[in-house]
Amino acid sequence: MLKLNEQIYDAIRRHGEETYPYECCGVLLGHSADFVNDVEEAVRAGNIRTDSAHNRYQIAPQELVKIQRLGRERGLDIVGFYHSHPDHPAQWSKTDLAEAHWIGCSYVITAVIDGVAQATNSFLLAGTGEEDKAFEHEVTQVAALEAERC
Amino acid sequence: MKIHIPTPLRVYSDKQDTVSVHATTVGEALNALTAKHPELKKHLYSEEGKLRSFVNVYLNDEDIRYLPEKDATRVGEKDALSIIPSIAGGY
Repeated sequence: MLKLNEQIYDAIRRHGEETYPYECCGVLLGHSADFVNDVEEAVRAGNIRTDSAHNRYQIAPQELVKIQRLGRERGLDIVGFYHSHPDHPAQWSKTDLAEAHWIGCSYVITAVIDGVAQATNSFLLAGTGEEDKAFEHEVTQVAALEAERC
Repeated sequence: MKIHIPTPLRVYSDKQDTVSVHATTVGEALNALTAKHPELKKHLYSEEGKLRSFVNVYLNDEDIRYLPEKDATRVGEKDALSIIPSIAGGY
């Protein structure tokens, strides 16, 4: 299960709208336990696949190192990633699976159709390694900010 | 020196996010890491013994693949290695 609040959920979707017709991408920081990835912060990242940014994304490893360091300083781990599919369904692709290596992390995909964010789905990268990894659709629980204040 | 382990590989490092090793070069540090936690080896290296293509190792903010002396680069106690699997995709 992926847990995040409304503000983070909206920020992820808005990022996809801002970069349309190109893919956006970012990192989810939080805590992971018992197959629940609890997100506390979404960090925007640059898409270095400028050669084909409408249907490919890649985060520079150096930027990942910095984001991992930022998380460590705040007591947070990398628990997932997000990207958008401009004019394409919010479903993982063969490329997404082939290039996914963070077992146990959530991969969030937002479909952005004609510049407007539509469905947002999350997929857990399950398995033990490259040989048996697989994406599993996971429930996304979005907590309303009002509810959090209670 | 410290070696930072990414979340998916902590299952092979006794759940530690950081492993401390004594080493004078990058290569020695990585060898010390896999000696301490042998299960990590197959997730970091191919059968030919090379770093897997999607595994990035950074010495502080530098990719070790692009360091002039690569594995032989000297390290000190205050340096840190970060292991970072790549992030990419699309449709």
